[in-house]
Amino acid sequence: MLHLINKSPFESMALEDCLKYASKGSAIMLYEDGIYAALAGSSLEGRMSGVASDYKVYVLKEDLQLRGIDKLIAGVTEVDYAGFVDLVGEHKTASW
Amino acid sequence: MAKLMVVFRTAPYGAIYSFEGLENVLIMGAYDQDVSVLFIDDGVLAIKKGMDNSGTGIKDFSPTFRALEAYDIEKIFIDRTSMESRGLTLEDLVIQAEVIEADAVEKMMEEQKNFFMF
Amino acid sequence: MKLGLLIMEGPYQHEASDSAYQFAKAALAKGHEILRVFFYQDGVLNATKLMEPQADDRHIQKQWSALATENNVEFIVCVAAAKRRGINDTVVAEGFKIGGLGMLTELAIEADRLVEFRA
Repeated sequence: MLHLINKSPFESMALEDCLKYASKGSAIMLYEDGIYAALAGSSLEGRMSGVASDYKVYVLKEDLQLRGIDKLIAGVTEVDYAGFVDLVGEHKTASW
Repeated sequence: MAKLMVVFRTAPYGAIYSFEGLENVLIMGAYDQDVSVLFIDDGVLAIKKGMDNSGTGIKDFSPTFRALEAYDIEKIFIDRTSMESRGLTLEDLVIQAEVIEADAVEKMMEEQKNFFMF
Repeated sequence: MKLGLLIMEGPYQHEASDSAYQFAKAALAKGHEILRVFFYQDGVLNATKLMEPQADDRHIQKQWSALATENNVEFIVCVAAAKRRGINDTVVAEGFKIGGLGMLTELAIEADRLVEFRA
């Protein structure tokens, strides 16, 4: 399963809700405001580093650029829209 | 016959997701497919008994959930932790639902040809 | 892969429609087939030709219309959701068609993947 998260973890439960159901090793795609979950140096970095080691976490490059975010926590993978499409080819998607 | 599912995960009224999601379920019932409905997170609040719209005029669509069976939608599931964490029991709901555990949710999604989240 | 896209958010207010558009472009560039883009909930508002954004911003309806006509992709605007929001045939732009909600069920039956873009 590819879980699509487009909401900031500082504002929404979407990511934490998704993690209640997602089995370890599932893929999580952070895009739109969801990318802030991957922000290095935030108050959520400890929590998110754990998430990044238990799940395959991807972050959408175009949305990072748009928001001026270039420092990411370790263990996440940047993908562009073409990579996003490839991930959808590999997994069913759930939009949280 | 395709396995299809509609997942309700947002609260009613504050946004239209669950109401229009329900309209989608009713249409799916006419297609003779293997349709499941799953309530998780705030979605469980959409099937709570005792709704009264007399103060707002917003359409009360909870009676329509009770009609799902008439549309041949009989596979209805609810996540236990979502229900319990909001102080609800099965007796508080307008429809009968089978209780599932959180670790069954993703598996249920994987089994579908496609599914919707509202 | 045969893709179905479901857009549930209007233009400008939220990024969902932009994300769906960029995703659709990338999918077509990779040679995937988009069976249908279904506009539901506030997503129906993407179809109005009455939108007039400032000149230095993208024109969301025109972007979508061009994608539909250049790639021959079917765009369906849900009739029930559209009526509720004041969208009818007189305002629907080129490339969009108003259609029944059953076409969303058909899409879920036929598509290899259904991707939902929402707020």
